[in-house]
Amino acid sequence: MNDLSPDRAERSAKLKGLGHSRKRVEDQRFTQGRGNYVDDIKMPDMLFGDFVRSPYAHARVKSINIDKAMALPGVIAVLTAKDLEPLSLHWMPTLAGDKQMVLADGKVLFQGQEVAFVIAEDRYINADAIELVEVEYEELPVITDPFKALEPDAVVLREDLAGQTSGAHGERKHHNHIFLWEAGDKEATEQVVETADVVAEEMVYYHRTHPCPLETCGCVASMDKVTGKLTLWGTFQAPHVVRTVASLLSGIEEHNIRVVSPDIGGGFGNKVGVYPGYVCSIVASIVTGKPVKWIEDRMDNLMATAFARDYWMKGKIAATKDGKITGLHCEVTADHGAFDACADPTKFPAGFMNICTGSYDIPVAYLGVDGVYTNKAPGGVAYRCSFRVTEAAYFIERMIEVLAIELNMDAAELRAKNFIRKDQFPYTSAMGWEYDSGDYHTAWDKALTAVGYDVLRAEQAERVEAFKRGETRKLIGIGLSHFTEIVGAGPVKNCDILGMGMFDSCEIRIHPTGSAIARLGTISQGQGHATTFAQILASEIGLPADSITVEEGDTDTAPYGLGTYGSRSTPVAGAAAAMAGRKIRAKAQMIAAYLLEVHDGDLEWDIDRFVVKGAPEQFKTMAEIAYASYNQAIPGVEPGLEAVSYYDPPNMTYPFGAYICVMEIDVDTGTHEIRQFYALDDCGTRINPMIIEGQVHGGLTEALAIAMGQEIAYDEIGNVKTGTLMDFFIPTAWETPTYTTDFTETPSPHHPIGAKGVGESPNVGGVPAFSNAVHDAFRPFGLRQAHMPHDHWRIWKIGNDLGLHDDV
Amino acid sequence: MTKMNISLTVNGQVHEVEAEPRQLLIHLLREDLNLTGAHIGCETSHCGACTVEMDGKSVKACTVFAAQAQGADITTIEGLAEPGTLNVLQESFREHHGLQCGYCTPGMITRAHRLLQENPTPTEEDVRFGMAGNLCRCTGYQNIVKSIMAAANELNPAKEAAE
Ligand code: FES
Ligand code: FES
Repeated sequence: MNDLSPDRAERSAKLKGLGHSRKRVEDQRFTQGRGNYVDDIKMPDMLFGDFVRSPYAHARVKSINIDKAMALPGVIAVLTAKDLEPLSLHWMPTLAGDKQMVLADGKVLFQGQEVAFVIAEDRYINADAIELVEVEYEELPVITDPFKALEPDAVVLREDLAGQTSGAHGERKHHNHIFLWEAGDKEATEQVVETADVVAEEMVYYHRTHPCPLETCGCVASMDKVTGKLTLWGTFQAPHVVRTVASLLSGIEEHNIRVVSPDIGGGFGNKVGVYPGYVCSIVASIVTGKPVKWIEDRMDNLMATAFARDYWMKGKIAATKDGKITGLHCEVTADHGAFDACADPTKFPAGFMNICTGSYDIPVAYLGVDGVYTNKAPGGVAYRCSFRVTEAAYFIERMIEVLAIELNMDAAELRAKNFIRKDQFPYTSAMGWEYDSGDYHTAWDKALTAVGYDVLRAEQAERVEAFKRGETRKLIGIGLSHFTEIVGAGPVKNCDILGMGMFDSCEIRIHPTGSAIARLGTISQGQGHATTFAQILASEIGLPADSITVEEGDTDTAPYGLGTYGSRSTPVAGAAAAMAGRKIRAKAQMIAAYLLEVHDGDLEWDIDRFVVKGAPEQFKTMAEIAYASYNQAIPGVEPGLEAVSYYDPPNMTYPFGAYICVMEIDVDTGTHEIRQFYALDDCGTRINPMIIEGQVHGGLTEALAIAMGQEIAYDEIGNVKTGTLMDFFIPTAWETPTYTTDFTETPSPHHPIGAKGVGESPNVGGVPAFSNAVHDAFRPFGLRQAHMPHDHWRIWKIGNDLGLHDDV
Repeated sequence: MTKMNISLTVNGQVHEVEAEPRQLLIHLLREDLNLTGAHIGCETSHCGACTVEMDGKSVKACTVFAAQAQGADITTIEGLAEPGTLNVLQESFREHHGLQCGYCTPGMITRAHRLLQENPTPTEEDVRFGMAGNLCRCTGYQNIVKSIMAAANELNPAKEAAE
């Protein structure tokens, strides 16, 4: 049955299954402006809610006077913590085992914090009313530096935790300390570091930034007092989790809550968490009996919801003289802001930061992460990465570069020398992760060859000489990065969010005429699930992808799932889809056997049909079988053709890639030009190459932003200095380079179709590639480490600090 | 606040609306006229999600007062093609995967539409420069540029032939 006869090739092409660059079904609507995003929702009598926010980063709230606001025509109510307290909703639990104020309870802890919630007839009246709410504050000392927060006499930030010497993740060793999370073998690692031939030490800072999807967060809450049913539409990357949380918080039974994620205008981790706006909208709708809409503006978004990173990573990497790595030691000071609202699996308060041994075979390693409170916004979300994997990848890829300097070795060669070899997979890392599959050397060689690595190095060396002779003011940087991701969270035995195991699900219903609907527990935010999940199913069940509708995001209809973030949709829900498809096929085989009057063991599957072995002219197509399942009484077989699968992944998946960035840097202006960017990704089996390529372009551009200028910066009294898109860098088409994409394909051995997930790889691998290019340009002049973001001023400053401006 | 009467043409249809003088054009379009294609991404004229055409120019409707649109002729994404059909640009975005979440897309396409009126035979550089007022967080622009270049070639085959 393996010949690809024209007939079989044609039938296979018709399905538009795995590997097909199928055009997206979503685009018909989106290109016509017919998307349905949360702010597009309009309901009769709908009210608008919005926040009075704190101008201070740390202050006591002495009084709140709402009289003038209430006197304004069109204002319905103003909620403060006092109103929420009787409902026990003035605080809410965070996903990280901490709690967070919904509305300021006696004090505020970061600029932009929610103080009162105004409900009015329209957004203009609301804005006027916000101005009329009078809040009296008493300023308190502000801490924006996590190291200062841990000084003995630092001001107490979280007075609500006074006297609590342990939290959700163990001991708190200081009043502003949240947790210490450790992995690996501390003693053995320290011993290796002490006795090693060579040790490179460096502090690597991954600055605070923000996912900043083009659509901000928002929701519409509608409590129907007649039916007792609460409906909540919103920008939720995990609608089922939101429903469970809403039920636990409100006491409304879960079946009486319907959570719907409509179209989402990008998420990137921003829309995983539960925010005060959701809680206040629900309360407001319950109180008023009317639908209430809350939509953040961009400043609210950047100031208050979901920052990412802010990790100070102190590393020591030990090696032999000839460059074999013998140990890795990492101590992180993690700035979590005012509340620990990281969106990590419960048992991983520092996410999967312990993947920080990267692509390398490192015999011993240790990681310790101290979580710290400061007067900054809460969050710590996975901004286009699996939980803290970007931090881990950046850390190890910087440490490798620093070690290369220490050893006076080429950084590409050092990497190749230490890669986990193909024959070592499945490979258990020093931190205990089991890497499923990989072929790093092949990918690396392909990448180096593609860019002409040796020629580039020669050109770079010539340029340095020319620079020294005063013939040019531009340097060349070659930024290398070989990353390993860990995605697809995750196995229920160790991954959960608020106690919910991180499985995912798919339910398929085949219609009598051979079309189908599939519903999943995930939710697309631009990844094209409606397109790609149909492709997985098409290959499994032999119906054309064009005949399969994919629906997500409505908790009333979709099976429970943990949502879309951390590149988990393909590894987990994609697997569930394949498994549900296989259940359909198993039943279809019995039906086909009955119809063809043979034993089911005498049948074999062939693209879109079951054929009798050795008699290919006798067959039943899936469409015929579907029809029969509804109109024939088949002994021992229930009517209908449906299946559901809840997939608990046996392991994570480990996509990887090799990226090379060639950058020209103007030493005098600090500007840069990206001459070339080559990105090789290995995400296992490729479902839709067109979509993969698009994901890589997008992720690289977010990486470019982060590495080259994007940050959430605070001044010393806690003012957010980057609260609008004027200051918060998002590259335009003009600054963004053209990327070259490439791939190798090493399937995951434990995933039903071998797919690993790709959406986040380019961000994880891209940041070190861009940053290493900047560092590499200045390496000949003695640069070891310069913190991101590498905006023009900071690059200029590198040159200045190295004395490169002295003679001009 | 007292309201004023505004008369304007949107997608070929004349509308008489009442609006506060401070009301933004984007809110008038989205909330009063139910044209929710143009989106809001920043309200500070940085992102371009709200781009519409006003009297033959691309404008960011979040920084135009409804009052300024008195007598104006406005085209939004909904007016670029008959409902249910795609114009060349829309089709090209679909064909070349020029969108992901779709949030920037109406603004992008509306801007690209005007760009191709201003410059029917743009180079890639022209497109990148001419689209720099529209941000996209998903695509990295590469396929947006490709979509616009392909549409330009299709709308103006003479140029392609000349190349
Ligand atoms: S919403 Fe108008 S430019 Fe961003
Ligand atoms: S497609 Fe999502 S912002 Fe452009």
